[in-house]
Amino acid sequence: MQKNSIIQVNNLEKKYESFHAVKGISFEVQEGEIFGILGPNGAGKTTTLEIIETLRDKTSGSVSVCGLNIETQANDIKQLIGVQLQAAGYYPSLTLVELLLLFSGLYNREINPMNMLAKVGLEDKAKAKFKELSGGQKQRFSIATTLINQPKIIFLDEPTTGLDPQARRNLWDLIRNVRDEGATVVITTHYMDEAEQLCDRVAVMEAGKIIALDTPDALIDQLVATGFERKKEVKKANLEDVFLSLTGNEWKDE
Amino acid sequence: MNNNQNYSQLKAMLAISKASFRSITRSPSAVVFTLVFPLIFITVFGFLKGGSVSLDVALSPGCDTKNPIYIGMISNPAFSVQEKMDTTTQKKLLLKGTLDAIVNIQRSATDSTYNVKLYTTMASAEKGIIAKSMLEHLIDKLNLKSANITTPMAKIEQEQLQGRIYETIDFILPGQLGFSLLSTGVFGTAFVFFNLRQTLVIKRFFATPIKRPYIVLGEALARMVFALLGAMFLILLGHYAFGFTLVNGLTTFVDMVILSAIGLIVFMGFGFVVSGIAKNEGTIPPLANIVTLPQFLLSGTFFGIDNFPSWLQPVCKILPLTYLNDAMRKVAFEGAGLMDVSAQLGVILLWGVIIYFAAVKVFRWE
Repeated sequence: MQKNSIIQVNNLEKKYESFHAVKGISFEVQEGEIFGILGPNGAGKTTTLEIIETLRDKTSGSVSVCGLNIETQANDIKQLIGVQLQAAGYYPSLTLVELLLLFSGLYNREINPMNMLAKVGLEDKAKAKFKELSGGQKQRFSIATTLINQPKIIFLDEPTTGLDPQARRNLWDLIRNVRDEGATVVITTHYMDEAEQLCDRVAVMEAGKIIALDTPDALIDQLVATGFERKKEVKKANLEDVFLSLTGNEWKDE
Repeated sequence: MNNNQNYSQLKAMLAISKASFRSITRSPSAVVFTLVFPLIFITVFGFLKGGSVSLDVALSPGCDTKNPIYIGMISNPAFSVQEKMDTTTQKKLLLKGTLDAIVNIQRSATDSTYNVKLYTTMASAEKGIIAKSMLEHLIDKLNLKSANITTPMAKIEQEQLQGRIYETIDFILPGQLGFSLLSTGVFGTAFVFFNLRQTLVIKRFFATPIKRPYIVLGEALARMVFALLGAMFLILLGHYAFGFTLVNGLTTFVDMVILSAIGLIVFMGFGFVVSGIAKNEGTIPPLANIVTLPQFLLSGTFFGIDNFPSWLQPVCKILPLTYLNDAMRKVAFEGAGLMDVSAQLGVILLWGVIIYFAAVKVFRWE
């Protein structure tokens, strides 16, 4: 299958008054892939993401999304992308259905709120308020709001931080579904197992720079080729596998 | 995508208005400020029927009660006569102003005349004067009668013009309406924009194609619809339940709603300024109170500004609510049109220009 690049980032730089958050990074995201941006806190992941999402101004460099310029065509880009923010709020007194109707208006799309909730497994929470949801449900709802405009690209900023193992796996399944329906996914995470399982390619950021970019497999192979060995013999299962086999793997109301 | 060109900011704005309106109607503080407080005041003052004078008068012990003066007094509804009260209590109540006067009527020992002694108090000076002149009038009539004068040398013919009866509600309701608009405008707007920033609701909006000014307009529209529905409710309740005067009926009602809208827009400007300069949620109420409290007290909400000392009058006369209240009363009771209150509207709009200039300077998106 022919792969086209859907996001091009060239020499992107972001300087705050006293802090150089992004120091000239370049990368491309291919259409239809799940692209991971990894790195410790403060590495510049969120800043990079928010610049691409047209929520933050860049200092220099160029970024194009779906062939559109982030500076001059921000509003066109916003119609083509779905953005899940690391921290986002919703009107506290509205129900999930009412919030989805709000976003359908904001995106000028007619939707059936119940279908949207069904996509993320929250049909039975239609009348609940956002604050009454568990961590995993909140993230699933946030993703539902990003799917309203059938976006070409979905940006997810640390969607699984703070979730328990089941909720993380639920979310992985949801993200894979979204990709399988044709969207490109850009995701940031701290969890390497998540990146390894979910991402087609990952960029590793540290202190505002990309220090590695490849498929997870290739990155592992490169490290092994340098003669790296794990200190402990790898067993066929790890503690998380134990936990999941003990507590179950299904979608539950966390 | 073919939808790109057809994106309607208006549609997106109305989606925000609708959501925000739902949110407001579920917020207890908005409902309390807009409706419950003004309603309580209107109800309390609506039942206060002003009008006739009532004089609390006590009779001294041993006062003669078998004379035409006494009979004249008790048959006059203006006098509420207290008998059987000892001298010490009478004195005490008179000094406090609870009693307006003490009357002692004594028959002369030598002839058939009467001597009337009236005690009044500085604590109720005005009513003391009224009591005195009413007694004098009563005695004059009796004197004329006893002198057999049937054609007095002069008499007053009073002709009262059939004016509209100005009830307490006619004064109170416009004031309460103004206060309701002021608090909804200032508190509501200040909290909403601060909270939208704090809770990142506004950040999520930024990630959608709606343009920033439309977010503000959408929120403002929801506030306006809510506050104006509240205003209409107060006016109609006042009219039908408490006899609030709407001189020209529907026209007056519409004019009042238009005035409400203009006032509200200006007051919301204060709210924007407060939300812009507030550092945290805790500083919003004091800042909003600095705007609302002086106007609540000094703008003729409860009593006319003429009652304030002259050094305070200039302050009263720069506050926008003073002019809104004034315009409301003129429209509602005197039947003035919007053109007739253009001076008041001018001051209100001047405030609007100043405050929105400031609001644009201090407004923060993040």
